[in-house]
Amino acid sequence: MATVVAITKTAKPEPLVGKSIRRREDPRLITGTAVYLDDMKMPGMTHAVVVRSPHAAARIKSINAKPALDLPGVIAVFTGADVKHLGSVPCAASLPGLRVPFHHLLAQDRVYFSGHPVAVVVASDRYIARDAADLVEVDYEPSAAVADPEKALAAGAPAVHPEWPDNVAFNFHQDGGDIEAAFRDAEVVVKQRITSQRLIPTALETRGVLADWRAGEKSITLYSSTQIPHLMRTMVAGILGMNENKLRVITPEVGGGFGSKLNVYAEEALMAFISSKIDKPVKWVESRRENFQCTIHGRGHVDYFELAAKRDGTMLGLKLKLIQDIGAYHQLLTPAIPTLSVLMMPGLYKFKNIAADIVGAFTNAVPTDAYRGAGRPEATHGIERMVDILAAELKMDPVEIRLKNFVGNDEFPFATATGLSYDSGNYSAPLRLALQQVDYESLRREQVEARKAGRLMGIGISTYGEICAMGPSAALPAGGWESATVKVEPTGKVTVLTGASPHGQGEETTFAQIVADELGVDIDDVVVIHGDTSVVQYGIGTFGSRGTAVGGAALFEALQTLKAKVRKFGAMLLDASSVTLAGGECIDEATGKSVKFTEVAAAAYHAKKLPPNTEPGLVATHFWEPPNFTFPFGSHIVVTEVDRETGAIEIRRYIAVDDCGKIINPLLVAGQVHGGVAQGLGQALWEQAVYDDSGQLITGELTDYALPKAHFMPWIESSHTETPSPVNPLGVKGVGEAGTIGCSPAVVNSVVDALSPLGVRHIDMPLTPEKIWKLIEGGRA
Amino acid sequence: MTHKISLTINGRPYSDEVEPRLLLIHYLRDVAGLTGPHIGCETSICGACTVMLNGRTVKACTMLAVQADGHSLTTIEGLAANGKLDPVQEAFWNEHGLQCGFCTPGMILAVKQLLADHPHPTDSEIRHGLDGNLCRCTGYQHIVNAVKAAAAKAGA
Repeated sequence: MATVVAITKTAKPEPLVGKSIRRREDPRLITGTAVYLDDMKMPGMTHAVVVRSPHAAARIKSINAKPALDLPGVIAVFTGADVKHLGSVPCAASLPGLRVPFHHLLAQDRVYFSGHPVAVVVASDRYIARDAADLVEVDYEPSAAVADPEKALAAGAPAVHPEWPDNVAFNFHQDGGDIEAAFRDAEVVVKQRITSQRLIPTALETRGVLADWRAGEKSITLYSSTQIPHLMRTMVAGILGMNENKLRVITPEVGGGFGSKLNVYAEEALMAFISSKIDKPVKWVESRRENFQCTIHGRGHVDYFELAAKRDGTMLGLKLKLIQDIGAYHQLLTPAIPTLSVLMMPGLYKFKNIAADIVGAFTNAVPTDAYRGAGRPEATHGIERMVDILAAELKMDPVEIRLKNFVGNDEFPFATATGLSYDSGNYSAPLRLALQQVDYESLRREQVEARKAGRLMGIGISTYGEICAMGPSAALPAGGWESATVKVEPTGKVTVLTGASPHGQGEETTFAQIVADELGVDIDDVVVIHGDTSVVQYGIGTFGSRGTAVGGAALFEALQTLKAKVRKFGAMLLDASSVTLAGGECIDEATGKSVKFTEVAAAAYHAKKLPPNTEPGLVATHFWEPPNFTFPFGSHIVVTEVDRETGAIEIRRYIAVDDCGKIINPLLVAGQVHGGVAQGLGQALWEQAVYDDSGQLITGELTDYALPKAHFMPWIESSHTETPSPVNPLGVKGVGEAGTIGCSPAVVNSVVDALSPLGVRHIDMPLTPEKIWKLIEGGRA
Repeated sequence: MTHKISLTINGRPYSDEVEPRLLLIHYLRDVAGLTGPHIGCETSICGACTVMLNGRTVKACTMLAVQADGHSLTTIEGLAANGKLDPVQEAFWNEHGLQCGFCTPGMILAVKQLLADHPHPTDSEIRHGLDGNLCRCTGYQHIVNAVKAAAAKAGA
């Protein structure tokens, strides 16, 4: 009887995984007490301002820093000559034949883009530093620039780097299957040029760095608003030629990244170097203008697609010529991003023949690199537009053509023509759910009536896939694993150290949910620590929808090791051969006796007695290597109405059905979907980074760059199907980029559908009212 | 050349010598030590620097500290009373109205203003009422939910 009672008493509490729990990060954020980079102060701290080139291409004839140095309060001015001996801003990606210009921390004899750093002024006060920056005299000899990638590749274009007059950064080819046969067998081929314009990531917090040199230790503590503290430590140490264990990188609160802080920039190494030279802490905080000019941009594609198919809608093969706007340099992953587009080319479809050629084009512009989705939104936009163009050509319903070509449920794992292995899926499920939610049949009937009445109403569908949980180490330059340490403290409190470095995604909450369930402890007894290279074991970081799918898996595995040790101590204390761990207790099922988790923790540290072959303490670390990527998928449906008189687009319905595998916290997943959709809508409708022919960024401030506002946004009807991933023990797939990837093709497909009675077949983003109005007027003519 | 300014922030008196060109946001953050209001754009577009001046929202990045002389300011640090969160703060927490949190202090003060002007706001009034505040993380939907929740609680 006692046994029964004991087990009832310790029945597992309801699990927290799967529950919408409000975030444990939030109290500091909603009270204004969180500490972001620019909130930090140090005794003797100095302020740096970077002097930047106003020209996109120019030779530097001379620099005179004396007027700046004469200003009271100015401590030092550094120019290219001071940092010539230091290493290059790193590019970690490698491709055959890749041309990698040496990327000095400050311009040497030439500048290559408007905003190129030329000098750094350091002063006792930020206002003085900014005044002094204006006093640095730089004599430039401007030359012709080119900021458009297709123009850059044309004969006679100005050479961005004089040593490579063709402006080709690399050529890359990938094929799979038999593309020639696919096009030979085709009954119909559709072709389209599709652009994916440059976007500015625009984390609300700009970048910032605070470097603190300790002369006595010859060490540097570098505070940086980054997504990748450990990689930054290794790479900044490399640039400076210092031992990486003398460099400590700490990420304070990070105000958004979206890929723009998945990088190592000149300023991080510069501030570390400068602090060591002036023997004082130095802080640099980017202005919004600098953020737009000098922090990486995203996208920047010109894509030429050709899709081969049978008349019944069966897709046979896809060709892509991809021109990637590189910018003037490679940042950390610049040339690798379009290769992700190629991997994602087949989308959710089963055709097995592809051929892709990428040309990377140097331009006099800030480099492109990973921005939310990183190569996958471009690819998904392309394939989902091409499927609609094919459907229009064949007069098929866009739903029917998708269902006909989906990889079947019984075909997983599915080997794609691009060499991937899709892990699990039920691709028609989210589409069918979205169709049901939007009431597709009646919308199509309404559309018939609307067209008779002269209304421009559109229904757009995207069925997207993505590559998440970046990724197996073979696929990432610096490794793709993630690490976690779980420490049970002597009092039974639990501390998690994660190598992922979350910055708004909410892992302080979701990871605590996982720990609470696995160990049976109170979630309030769990603390999750991240973003300090001297405290946390080496990690890779947060990007590519990997925080939970890779970092969470590492945590789960570390917990299994830890639990085994807890049970050993529990068995010893209960004098049992084995015990179970549940509800915060170790229980001897045979006797019904139990010992509290806190008592086990104390015993493990007091170590008066140890189980056989067991060390004192309760700590476990796991470096988890993912065996594959994960492949989330979903379907977005957008209903639009276009105003004939103004070209304005009204989004009547936005349905998002996303399958991101198992869901840890539905509230946080919804937040990721909403934010992702907002960035996708930004690209589809409003945002674009515009350079003029002289290489000036004319969308250089938030006054000129149309970031989505609250009243721009439709209500997003978000729901999910849940197909667990077999790739990791949590069954999660990742959700950070899904909204962005699924969004833009659904919006453009919808507006093209609305305008199709006017003969419109494709529109490039952003779908500004002016562009739409011109199409309507052209259609009338 | 400096000017002496005296003002009240979150109910406490402050008095400092400041340069006439010193922006209010820099006064708050660097002189008064209140780093809750953030700098996101310096062009008054993003609203991360939003604070209240005599009970009405202003953008502290495009106002001079000397213009606040003699006035009363409220920053995000002044909202929670005796450790009890303001209902708007509580609603942002409950509804997941923030992710990276950088826009949040300004956003919450903008919502305070919005609810003062429209105690029972429609969706459109909420969305247009937040015209001066940008968020890059949330897509605003959970912020809209938070405003509704705070309004409902105030009306209850």
